[in-house]
Amino acid sequence: MKKYSILLLLLMSLAWGCNDKAFLDKQPTNILVDSQIWADKSLVLSVIADLYDRVPEFQTITNWSEFASLDEGFASNAGDYGRHKNTEYGYGEWSNWDYGLIREVNMFIEKCGTADKLDPAVKAQFLAEGRFIRANIYFELVKRMGGVPLILEPMTYDFSGDPTYLRKPRSKEVEIYDFIIKELDEIKVDLPKSSVIKSRATQGLILAMKSRVCLYAASIAKYGVTTPTVTLPAGEVGIPAGLANGYYQKALAAAEELINSGDYSLYRKKENLSENFSNLFIDKGNNPEAIFVRDFKLKSGKVEPWTLQNQPWSQAEDLEGGRLNPSLNLVQSFEKLDNTYETYATKKADGDYIYFSNPKDMFANRDARLEGTVMLPGSFYKGKQLDIWAGFLLADGTIIKGDNFGARKTLPGKTAAEYVVGFDGPIDNLEFSAQSGFYVRKYMDLAVGSGQRGVMSEVWWIRYRLGEIYLNAAEAAFELGNKAKAATYMNTVRERAGLIIPLTEADITFDRVVHERKVELAFEGHELWDMKRWRLAHIIWNGQSTELTTNPGKADEVSTRVFGMWPYKYYNPGGANDGKYVFQKIIPAQVTNAHRFRLGNYYSDINSTIRNNNPLITRNPNQE
Amino acid sequence: MKLQLIIILGILSSFLYSCGLDNYDAPGSVLEGRLVYNGEPINVSYNDVTFQLWEPGWQKKAEINVAVDQDGSYSALLFNANYKLIIPSNQGPFRSKLNAESASDTILVNLNGNKVLDIEVEPYYMIRNPLFTVAGSRVVTGTFKAEQIITGVNAKNIEEVAIYVNKTMFVDFRSNVSATSLAGSEITDLNTISLNTTVPELVPTQTYVFVRIGLKIQGIEDLIFSPIVKVNL
Repeated sequence: MKKYSILLLLLMSLAWGCNDKAFLDKQPTNILVDSQIWADKSLVLSVIADLYDRVPEFQTITNWSEFASLDEGFASNAGDYGRHKNTEYGYGEWSNWDYGLIREVNMFIEKCGTADKLDPAVKAQFLAEGRFIRANIYFELVKRMGGVPLILEPMTYDFSGDPTYLRKPRSKEVEIYDFIIKELDEIKVDLPKSSVIKSRATQGLILAMKSRVCLYAASIAKYGVTTPTVTLPAGEVGIPAGLANGYYQKALAAAEELINSGDYSLYRKKENLSENFSNLFIDKGNNPEAIFVRDFKLKSGKVEPWTLQNQPWSQAEDLEGGRLNPSLNLVQSFEKLDNTYETYATKKADGDYIYFSNPKDMFANRDARLEGTVMLPGSFYKGKQLDIWAGFLLADGTIIKGDNFGARKTLPGKTAAEYVVGFDGPIDNLEFSAQSGFYVRKYMDLAVGSGQRGVMSEVWWIRYRLGEIYLNAAEAAFELGNKAKAATYMNTVRERAGLIIPLTEADITFDRVVHERKVELAFEGHELWDMKRWRLAHIIWNGQSTELTTNPGKADEVSTRVFGMWPYKYYNPGGANDGKYVFQKIIPAQVTNAHRFRLGNYYSDINSTIRNNNPLITRNPNQE
Repeated sequence: MKLQLIIILGILSSFLYSCGLDNYDAPGSVLEGRLVYNGEPINVSYNDVTFQLWEPGWQKKAEINVAVDQDGSYSALLFNANYKLIIPSNQGPFRSKLNAESASDTILVNLNGNKVLDIEVEPYYMIRNPLFTVAGSRVVTGTFKAEQIITGVNAKNIEEVAIYVNKTMFVDFRSNVSATSLAGSEITDLNTISLNTTVPELVPTQTYVFVRIGLKIQGIEDLIFSPIVKVNL
């Protein structure tokens, strides 16, 4: 008993020792607290790196399938065929309402503003980057939703039971654009002027982004007039037409300042112009054209699957690939070297096929960007030739083809079986085969292993590059009536693509502006926003099952379904054309419906949950 | 063992009896009718024209969207209540009419049991006397008169007129096997407009098709149509 008393006493004395306040006041070991982060610039960098990474994006190399939701490509993947079967785009499509992210950025800005242990210059740069990210998110929002509530401080609920004081109405669309432009102007001085920094905000990026933002605002002001119902009375949607010129001037000034600064230049490292153009997107060493990128790194956990998902089946390094097939709609848009448009002729005037010894001859004398953007039948990738051909066409018109990659059959008059279809297809309804007859080349990594699931690729995603800035300048100059200047800027970009006959002042039309962006910026995530701001989307995706246009240079030609073009080998033993290639234009069997972009799609739906929680939010037009 | 199974089954099957205490009855009143102009139905394309029913008094606001069918008819299965019927401003090839009772374009619907309600609207144009003939083997010709209803400051021009032919009873710009359109600027006489289109070979073979005329008004998304007609080839 006495023994227990002593033990009890001993235990009690231990409890005594806990009296010290500091004993319980411990630093957590699993998270970093504000006071630690805001004292160390490398920790702040990792916070802002996370924010950079979370800026929303629509089409990018980490979600290939969105490129197939418009008319640039076909989705050769069983789970995505629905993209070609929908009758219309939902009103909620492309919507974004990520105020959680905006709150985090606002908190970053607030905390950065009060941090006192950082070097002032470093602190100013972080603050500017925080504001850049916030401006960037608001740009993504205004493109999708129109005017949104402009929240510039982290709002906090006081748990009083009445959250109504947190409700903010939508700003005007023009106010959001003006806010972005103002922010960009203000933060520019605090950012480094360096063309080597690609994945963080720089002065060059501010100018690049400003030219794009102003151009969007300007064209919404100018072309919004053609769709008078796509407006809201209080201006949450729609920009007054009178402001168009001012924005065009700002866009042109920003683009010219960047071009004339000489910090960036168009990428010209390879002699072969097509190779040069495709290299522009994958060359990460000293790339003079890239302005702002989303970067990836091998073996770091942050790699991207674009090459894995889109590699040609005939040389796939893993059991997948070939998903994104560029459409004939896009492929036929590339001009001939004499600056004329021409669709591909598959037959002569007398109705007979045109025969090609090499399938690539079909695409000869075209804009070098064609081969730089698209892998064509007969193209090379990673040093090996693609194997795209759909079957044998017999002299009597019958077609012999297989239903698997490199299927074998016995041709009439022969005894042994042989290949009757290429190892890349095209085979209708077979995923990963080139169902449109083409594979995508832009952003395709050439590194060995980039097509393996366990390795993947570290090719970056270029968000801003100088080529676009030239076209922004050209468009703004054209809209301001300065066609000579527009021609100069456009010719600079075209010359790099091998179109050395310069366009003259008289050649510059709205159709030219639209067309040039289409071919230069294909698969770079511009098409939807461009078509929206020009108010062309409801015209070119009007829901009607129209045949493929014969006038690819015209801006408002209907392009609701994706088409393809398949090469066949001609089989006619003893005939002059035996073994040569012929082409047939097709529509992939999975393309059953036409895209329909309704007026209500111009600004995405703000759903009823948001509107019920905050009755001050007005609904976007034409969605009822 | 067997007894346990029976008990478990018994308990499970008792779940099939739903608890009648806190359940609402299913909506049971049918509101139906047509969109009409002077009693004539307004023909539209499917899934494109909708109107809204609002039931005031609830905490959260959400409309009931009612779709209008191709022949201008609609029907909705609803709870008995007082609804406000609103045709949103950019909906349909027509304007709403002023409702005397609500002194606005809102129509008050007091639903107590089934109800038939034709909604009067004012279309910009009406397609009059559509007549379809088949010439040769497969050329379908449609002749009609486009009557302009709304004139004066609010008048709108015709953007285009078109004839649509389809295998099934869904006939419009999305669903057709052949179509021919004529731009509004090329129409010389609104009283007689004629359009023809050649019907391609149908697989499987079908000796009849469904035809109608559509009229697109400038600045208005939804088209107005003529009634769907079945013609034998």
